[in-house]
Amino acid sequence: MNKALKNNKFLILRRIIQISILLLFVGGNYWGWNILRGDLSTAKVLDTFYLSDPYFVIQTFASGFVVAADVLVGALIILLFYALIGGRAFCSWVCPMNIITDSANRLRKMLKMYREDVKVPINRNLRYWILGLSIVLSALFGVAAFEAVSPISMLHRGIIFGMGFGWAAILLVFFFDLFVLQNGWCGYVCPLGAFYSLTNKISIFKIKHTVENCTECNKCLIVCPEKPVLAIIGKKSGQITKGECTNCGRCIDVCEDHALKFSFNKYNK
Amino acid sequence: MKEDKMPSRRETIRKLLQGAGFLGLGGLTWGAYVDEAKSAELILRPPGAISEEDFVKACVKCGECVIACPYDTLKLAEPGDRKPVGTPFFEPRKIACEMCPDIPCVPVCPSGALDVNLVSSVKEKNKETMLDINTAKMGIAVIDTSTCIAYWGIQCDICYRACPLMDEAIELKYERNERTGKHAFLKPVVNNEVCTGCGLCEHACVTEKSAIKVLPLSIILGKVGSHYIKGWDEDDEKRMEENDVEEDENMDKALDYLNSDWKDIVDE
Repeated sequence: MNKALKNNKFLILRRIIQISILLLFVGGNYWGWNILRGDLSTAKVLDTFYLSDPYFVIQTFASGFVVAADVLVGALIILLFYALIGGRAFCSWVCPMNIITDSANRLRKMLKMYREDVKVPINRNLRYWILGLSIVLSALFGVAAFEAVSPISMLHRGIIFGMGFGWAAILLVFFFDLFVLQNGWCGYVCPLGAFYSLTNKISIFKIKHTVENCTECNKCLIVCPEKPVLAIIGKKSGQITKGECTNCGRCIDVCEDHALKFSFNKYNK
Repeated sequence: MKEDKMPSRRETIRKLLQGAGFLGLGGLTWGAYVDEAKSAELILRPPGAISEEDFVKACVKCGECVIACPYDTLKLAEPGDRKPVGTPFFEPRKIACEMCPDIPCVPVCPSGALDVNLVSSVKEKNKETMLDINTAKMGIAVIDTSTCIAYWGIQCDICYRACPLMDEAIELKYERNERTGKHAFLKPVVNNEVCTGCGLCEHACVTEKSAIKVLPLSIILGKVGSHYIKGWDEDDEKRMEENDVEEDENMDKALDYLNSDWKDIVDE
């Protein structure tokens, strides 16, 4: 039991944080709590200041509207927080879609669909094209383009305010990850993840690899949702610096050789 | 060796075109969907909402207005509602706007999609700007006179009485009922300039499907154009000065025509 807890430390911690944030939002809508009110697009914190999704605000800006200062400042806080501290941590520590895609991945393993021999002809860089496209479409059609279709928003807003047919979009993501492409949504498609990957250059927290301890068991590579970021595993010591790393800590959880841990960014020293 | 690694020029061009093709295909599909999904012409927005075109850009879908609404009138559009997803709206037949004097839904909007200035008026006494829900323009009530039982001659004035601006936004027009010869019609008539679009009338209407409905201003209101001016209205007459109307060169000719003998004209 103790070992299971230790081997899933970050996973459990992430789930607690993800679900707590959602619960605070739900309480904000239904029971009058004031800790977090709104949703992941824009939230009012402690009834005093706002936090906003910077990618949403950029789409709004592209569509031809400058939102009021409250929201702009809120977006700036979030942008700076992830750029300087969290990295791409939104994806694995906050985003509720992470729970859906992780479950799809788990089921994929249980159903022994865990193989790479069926090649789906899409590239991990697709998400950056989608990100660019979303800005262009926002400008062309005068409305935040990704927000109009985002299954992430449908999920968190669905839980907080009411789901409607949103479950269909969420099921779509689930099936895509389960049957079509492993980590397909978060690793190939999602432009929000792509946005945070791009801004993740100088954040403080980085995974650190110690090659001397590594037994090349490959457990981290199997579990990692963004496998290309782990290119240095078993080759050299150093920090995982690629922006796509979500700091989920799953690799640390599964490593039994103390070859991986969280560390402060050494800025390529 | 080198040739194996380097893709040929033809291969590169093919890949580039393929990529552009996929991007175009995706962009067109996505764009077409977004363009459809953002246009819900019949949607009723909270009080103080800026123009629909700007509203769908400005709204950050945080739900502050929905949480602030004490009557659960406002809802965020869910997928399947066929409205811009995540944006607030209300359906008066279900729950109408109760016209709170302190308008809790508007000042909480952090993005500028709901504008306090659009639901404020200046007090005459001390020139103070005050929240005034009666200046709201959420929509305009329209009566289907063919199914309104008051227009049949049956006595019903429920919309008139449900209206928070009774005798202003909805008036009762008295008419003799020629069919019976001894009764009166009491016909409700909406005053478009006063109606706020709260929908309390639509909510109250006794017919199976409401005979009075609130529709957005953009649907109801016409546009006169600059060439019609109310000559009896001083404010409206000022538009004459704004519009640089050229003197009609043919004015003399027209006068001559009017003053001339009709025989002259026939001779011509």
